[in-house]
Amino acid sequence: LLPVPARAPPQAPFRFSPRRLRCPREHELLEDGDIHRHLYLQDILVSVTQVTEKPKVSEFSCHIAGCCQVFDTLEGYEHHYNTLHRNVCSFCKRSFPSGHLLDIHILEWHDSLFQIMAEKQSMYQCLVQGCVEKFKSSKDRKDHLVTVHLYPSDFRFDRPKKAKSSTKHSKSPLLQNASMPVDIKTFEQPQVDSMEISPVENMENASQPLSSLISLPPEKHLNRSRIPSTICFGQGAARGFKSMRKKI
Amino acid sequence: MVCCLQSVIVLFVALRKARKQQQLISKRLLREDTQNGEGKAGMEIPTDPLSEQEVLQLLRDTQKGTEERKKSLSCLRQALQHKETQQKFVRLEGSMRVLIGLFTSSLADVQMEAAHCLHELSHSSDPAVAEACLPATSYLLTYLSGHSIEFTSPHEAVLEGLGYVLSQLLQAKEASIEIIPLVLDSALPQHMLQLVCSNLELGMGVAVEFAWCLHYVVCSCVNNALLISQGIMSTLVLLLLELASMVSKAVADGLELLICPVLRCLSNLLAEEMEGCNMQVQDERLLVALFTFMQYFLNHHLFIVQECLWLLNNLTADEPFFCSAMLTLDLIPALLQLLPCSRMVALLVLTVLCNIAEKGCAYCQQLHQKAVLSSLISILTLSDAEVAGQCLELLHLLFLHWPEAAADFFTQAGLQALEQHQHHPELQERVRALMNLATQPTAASPCSLVSSAAVPSSLP
Repeated sequence: LLPVPARAPPQAPFRFSPRRLRCPREHELLEDGDIHRHLYLQDILVSVTQVTEKPKVSEFSCHIAGCCQVFDTLEGYEHHYNTLHRNVCSFCKRSFPSGHLLDIHILEWHDSLFQIMAEKQSMYQCLVQGCVEKFKSSKDRKDHLVTVHLYPSDFRFDRPKKAKSSTKHSKSPLLQNASMPVDIKTFEQPQVDSMEISPVENMENASQPLSSLISLPPEKHLNRSRIPSTICFGQGAARGFKSMRKKI
Repeated sequence: MVCCLQSVIVLFVALRKARKQQQLISKRLLREDTQNGEGKAGMEIPTDPLSEQEVLQLLRDTQKGTEERKKSLSCLRQALQHKETQQKFVRLEGSMRVLIGLFTSSLADVQMEAAHCLHELSHSSDPAVAEACLPATSYLLTYLSGHSIEFTSPHEAVLEGLGYVLSQLLQAKEASIEIIPLVLDSALPQHMLQLVCSNLELGMGVAVEFAWCLHYVVCSCVNNALLISQGIMSTLVLLLLELASMVSKAVADGLELLICPVLRCLSNLLAEEMEGCNMQVQDERLLVALFTFMQYFLNHHLFIVQECLWLLNNLTADEPFFCSAMLTLDLIPALLQLLPCSRMVALLVLTVLCNIAEKGCAYCQQLHQKAVLSSLISILTLSDAEVAGQCLELLHLLFLHWPEAAADFFTQAGLQALEQHQHHPELQERVRALMNLATQPTAASPCSLVSSAAVPSSLP
């Protein structure tokens, strides 16, 4: 590094002094780059509307027993399989989008030791990976997810331990929470997507078994579910939209 | 939480207004491409708004098989240009849920059409429509921050669409009050940074969108200290190095769209002048990267040269590290070659040279050795007042710290170049101050007495 004398103020009539420049959004220096960005977006928006002709594959269906989803692309099938079938809880057959969420589900739902420990300490961990917070109850965790991680407040979180049966909605997992009535007659269930899990198999309506810890045979343990039933994206969000309209 | 929601509603309503004033290009485009027509059989562009029953039917059709779905979505998008149709749509039970579901589907075409529908809705000035769209914002943010995002090609299109939507939201006037603080509070910046830096060969579109998102967050100056403390600057420097290596291999199609926002982030973050932010960038390879970009994009995208020079100014203004590196890496000739490009570029080049010269005599001596003077004399002769003024500042610094340069200047007919400007009101004082030096004997500057061992010679 070359030696630098102490900085002196400029000698009149000269006035230069080195200065870092900040450019807010409308600064003239950014104008040309912004124009280029607009032109790029122009191209994109126009080209996106041109439907790309994909080579046609005849439709095929998912080979998992009980799943009636139909596809015409391998990508679509791959995505569906990863979302719904790769991580399935061996206890209750719910599917989950990640091993992480499956692990949490198994811990909180099928581990009696968890329930015991939860009485004494904060055991409900935040679902967002990288966040180390833990909570005394799933409600507290829900509040945290909504406040800090911006989950919609009407996400369907825990099913209460005693399942509330309702004749109208006996097939949907949504209905357990009586405070959020939903009229789902208007639409058919939309096709499930990456964020939305509707368990295909029968819902277990009995209260959770609080039997002693079950040690699973290894192969069962490998069946891992993705989304905990405590989280419901598409369906819960829709109910959220409706509820929010009514509140406000 | 309630007041947060309410404020986001206010934001959405205001967003509509803001977007009507700005961003007219993207809105105009969506209209244009609809009018060009897609030529799909049996689909006419509706001139009248649809009835409630028709909207309901369309929505049901979007849940059927693939081909029907795409057509129906496209119809829906066109229909949603009408305010009345928008209102009917949001009143339908579960309509937003369906649209969001389609937006996150695994089929890229469906995603994009759904994105267009959402985009259409987002243009509404009707508070009821805004209210219905409101949860979509938090859902979108959740979609990004709630999961570790795997980079598979079905996801690529939706991620790019999400990044685009977010980049639009972040530009609203109220964004700095309402949305950006929420974004900064979440893990979103780290996710965005991840998306900017990874899978460049496959996911350039995604990286571009999220880089622009980062730029809008940074230039709003809501909480750049937080971002700096999370180490964003060193990540961006490494990214620039990688991009420079791609450029040097000529694998650079469209790369300027990614380079530009990254440069801007770094420059604005440096302008925060935070403790420790200098350390995050002190890598002289960054200079090589900047000059690689400038050389490559000189002929077709001059704005990249401008923005690289802005960053160069912020790097050289205070810290001698980069001033030294400019000399030892022998980048001064390349810098001088940029002088004729444009007025703005010339101003920035001269400012950077002033930054270097201001550091003292060892630096001025080296600048002199790099034949700065002849370039200055040419530019002085050709230029407008502002560029000439910056030239004069530079000459003053050079002569102040390294008087030998003054003598040299006058033997190269510098006096005539000065005389040209001696009557200009903005320049005359400074011109005369410099002209006086022509008549004075060359004083030995204190630093010329410094032993030459302290002044490393430049590397070839």
